[in-house]
Amino acid sequence: MSRDIKIKKGLNINLKGEAEKTLSKAPRAKVFALRPENFHLVTPKLTVKEGAKIKAGEVLFYDKKQESVTFVSPVSGTLKSVERGPKRVITQLTIEADLKDEFLAHQPFDVENADAEAIKAHLLASGCWPFIMQRPYHIIARTNKTPKAIFISGYTTAPLAADLDFALIGKEDDLQLAITALSKLTTGSVHVGVGQDSNSPLRAMKDCVLHNVSGPHPAGNVGVQIAQIDPVNKGEVVWTVSAQDLVVIGELLRTGKFNAERVVALAGSSLGAPQYYTAKIGSAVAPLIQEAQLAESHSRVISGEVLTGSTIGHEGYLGYYDNTICVIPEGDDYEFFGWNKPVFDKVSTTRALTFSWLQPKKKFALTTNTNGEHRAFVVTGNYEEVFPMDIYPLQTLKACMVKDLDQMEVLGMYELAPEDFALTEFVCVSKQPHQRIIREGLDLMFNEIG
Amino acid sequence: MALKETLHNLKEKHKGQKMAPAFNAIHTFLYAPNETTHGGTHIKGADDLKRTMNTVIMALVPCLVFGMFNAGYQHYMAIGEGVAAAGDFFSTAFWNWDNLVFGAWKVLPLVAVSYIVGLTVEFIFAVIKGHEVEEGYLVTGMLVPLIVPVDIPLWMLTVAVVFGVVIGKEVFGGTGMNILNPALTIRAFLFFAYPTWMSGDKVWVAGAQERASQIASGLELDSISGETILGTLAQNKTVDYDLWDMFLGFIPGSVGETSTILILLGGLFLVFTKIGSWRIMLSAVIGALVMGMMFNGVVDAGWIDSSSKFYSLMSTPFWVHLIIGGLAFGIVYMATDPVTASQTNKGKWIYGFLIGFISVLIRVFNPAYPEGVFLAILLMNVFAPTIDHYVIQANVKRRMNRLKVKNA
Repeated sequence: MSRDIKIKKGLNINLKGEAEKTLSKAPRAKVFALRPENFHLVTPKLTVKEGAKIKAGEVLFYDKKQESVTFVSPVSGTLKSVERGPKRVITQLTIEADLKDEFLAHQPFDVENADAEAIKAHLLASGCWPFIMQRPYHIIARTNKTPKAIFISGYTTAPLAADLDFALIGKEDDLQLAITALSKLTTGSVHVGVGQDSNSPLRAMKDCVLHNVSGPHPAGNVGVQIAQIDPVNKGEVVWTVSAQDLVVIGELLRTGKFNAERVVALAGSSLGAPQYYTAKIGSAVAPLIQEAQLAESHSRVISGEVLTGSTIGHEGYLGYYDNTICVIPEGDDYEFFGWNKPVFDKVSTTRALTFSWLQPKKKFALTTNTNGEHRAFVVTGNYEEVFPMDIYPLQTLKACMVKDLDQMEVLGMYELAPEDFALTEFVCVSKQPHQRIIREGLDLMFNEIG
Repeated sequence: MALKETLHNLKEKHKGQKMAPAFNAIHTFLYAPNETTHGGTHIKGADDLKRTMNTVIMALVPCLVFGMFNAGYQHYMAIGEGVAAAGDFFSTAFWNWDNLVFGAWKVLPLVAVSYIVGLTVEFIFAVIKGHEVEEGYLVTGMLVPLIVPVDIPLWMLTVAVVFGVVIGKEVFGGTGMNILNPALTIRAFLFFAYPTWMSGDKVWVAGAQERASQIASGLELDSISGETILGTLAQNKTVDYDLWDMFLGFIPGSVGETSTILILLGGLFLVFTKIGSWRIMLSAVIGALVMGMMFNGVVDAGWIDSSSKFYSLMSTPFWVHLIIGGLAFGIVYMATDPVTASQTNKGKWIYGFLIGFISVLIRVFNPAYPEGVFLAILLMNVFAPTIDHYVIQANVKRRMNRLKVKNA
C-alpha cells in the first residue's frame, strides 16, 4: 500500500560541495566522544568511572528522569575523561578506542514471536531506545506512553544532507527487522516516506505504510510528513526514528551487537573531495575531514546538515543522531555596501536585487555570515512561502516569545519540532533565531503541561 | 581596505558603550556586518531589513523625481508662465530645468527635514534604550515628503515628524512594534493640528499661499487656484484636467501622489521583488472599485440629483477614483507596510479590500477634506489585529475539530 504526498511550499537550497556517491571506509578514529547535549532534556547519571574499560554497547549512563533509558558506548576502549561544565553538568565523555571493537553480546532477538513489552525491554536494555524520538516536544520517547503511529522519513531534501537512498543500500534486512519490531510498539501503523521516483531500499519494506513524497525541502522532514499523514493532536503521541538509526536497531536485533556504524556524508564547499564514509557515532571528525581534503582552513565544521546541525569545531565528534558532516567557509568579514548592492552569489526567496531566482540550477557556496543584523519581526508572508504545514509560523513564534501557553497549544505546537522552523529561519529578514525560540517554547510546554 | 580595519577596531574598542548603537548604525550602513550564525541555521538568506527597506525606497524614487518636476510645473502653470504638457508624458513642457530647479528647491528641503529630524529621534531612542537603530525610518522618511503639500512650512513638518516618530512608533517599542503607520501618523497629525493649512486650496501649488497674501496686502494680481481635483469635485465645480493628466500626474496634489502611472510601476516593482504584498494592493483596488460602483449606482438610480453636495464625487466614474487623490499612492506604499497591515495572507485580502472601500466612502462623504485614504488606512491599521485574530481562530477551530472528529 502506498500513498502520495505532494508538497508545494518550500525551498531547495542548492549548495556547492555535495557528497559524491562513493563510499570509503575511513581510518578508525583513536578518540570517540558522547556529548549529553545531543540528548535534549536528559540528565545523565554515570554508571562507569573514569578510567574504566568498556565494551561497545556497554551502558555509560542513564537518564535520571527516566531511569530505564540507557545510553551505551559506540566503541570499546577506556573512558578517558568526563568533562563537566557549570553546575557540574556532564558535557562530554571521551573514550580512547581499542584498535578493534569488543562487543557486549546480547542474544539475537526473535522479533516475529516477541510481544511489545519484550521488544521495549530489549531496546531499553541495549541502548537503542534513545534513537526513538517523540512528538510532542521532540525529545527521547517517554517509556510510559504508547504512540498512535510511528514515522520514518527516507526522503532527503535538506541541503548537503546524506542521501538516504544511497546510505541505506544493502541494509534491507536490518531495516525490515527494525520496522517489524517498531510496528508492534504502536497502536497504529509505521509510516515510511520515500522520494516519489527514488529507488530507496525502504520501498521493499513490509509491516508499514509507504508514502511517496515529492516536493522541495522541507518535504523530507518527518514533521511535514506527519502533518500530511496523521497530525499530532493534543494528548496524542507519535514517535519518529531516523532511517539510518533503524539500521543500528535492526542489526542489534539480528546479531545482538550494538554496532554504531553508519554511512556519513562529508559535504560542503570547504572540502576538496566531498564523499561518503562509514564512521561510528561519536567518532572524532578530524581524520574524516583530512580524508575529504579540507581546502579551506577558515571554515566551520558542522555535525548534521547546515540548517539544523551543531557547530563542533575541527576537533569535534560526530553527533549521536547525525549522518552528515558539513564543512563550510566562515563568513566573518565585512562587505562594503553589502545591504544594497546586487547579489548574485547568495540564495534569496525575494527578488530585491537578489538574483538567485534567475539561476535555479546554480550551486552556491554560502558562508556562515548572517547577511544582516538581528531585528524585530517586520516582514510578513515570507515564512508562509517555505512552510508547508497548516500552522501560522509567525504567530506561533510570537506566542513562544511571550510564553503564552494557551496560544502555543492551540496554534499547533504539539506538531512541531525546531527543525520545522529551519527554513523560516533561513529566509528570515529579521534574522531571528526561530529554532531556538521553538525549542524554548517546547521546553516551557513540557515543564508546564507535560 | 584601511577604512574597513579602522572601523572594525573602533567597533571592538567601544563595544557595549552608550553611543555604540549610533556608531553601529553608520558602520553597518557602510559595511554589511561580519556577524556569523550561532546555533540554528548555519547559513542565512541574502535579505536583511536594510535591503527590504531599500527596495521600497527604490520604488519611491521615481515618484520623488516626478514630484519635483510637477511642483515646478504646477507653479509655473499657475502663475501663467508655463506651457501645458497636455497628456504627453514625455513633453519637454514638463521635463525641463526650470521645473526641476524650482521643484527641487521646494521638495529637497522637505526630504532633508524629514530624514534629519526623524533619524535624530531614532538615534536618540536607540542610544537611550540601548538597541540597534532599526531601518523602519528609511522608508518613513521618504514617504513623509511625498504625502505632504509642497508649500508646508518646514517647522510644521519638524513638529509633525517628532510627534509621528515618538508617539507613532517609539512609545510602542520601535520598528516592528507600532500599531499605526508612522508616516500616516505624521500626516494625520498635520491634518488635525493645522487644518487650515492642510485642507485649504492654497497649499497644493507652490506659491499660491504667497500670492494670496500679496493680494490681501493690496497688490493687483491674479489669484492662484491651487485646488486638488478632489477639492474641486467636493464643491461640485467642474474639473479642468482631463483623464490623461490625472493618470500621468500633471495635476496638483501632495508631492508624490499625483502620477498614477509611476505609482503603478512602483507597485509592480514591489510585487515583482516580493517586497510588497500583491494581496493587499489587488484587494484594495477591488474595494475602491466596488465602493465607487455603488455610488455610481446610486446616481444612476436617480436617488440623488445634481443639487446634492455629494453629486460630483458620487457621479465620478468608479475607476477614476484610482487616478485622482492619494488612493493609488496609499494602496501601493502605505497599506502594504507589513508591520501595521494584517499579518496573515487571508487577513490581507480583507484588510486591503476594506481600505479601498472605506477610502472612497470617506472621500465622498467627508465635507471638510475630501481625501479618505490616509484615514482609511489608519482605521484599518487599528483593525488589522482583529482581522488576524479571526483568521487565526479559523485555523485553531480546524485543529480542534480534528480532535473532535477523532474522539467522536
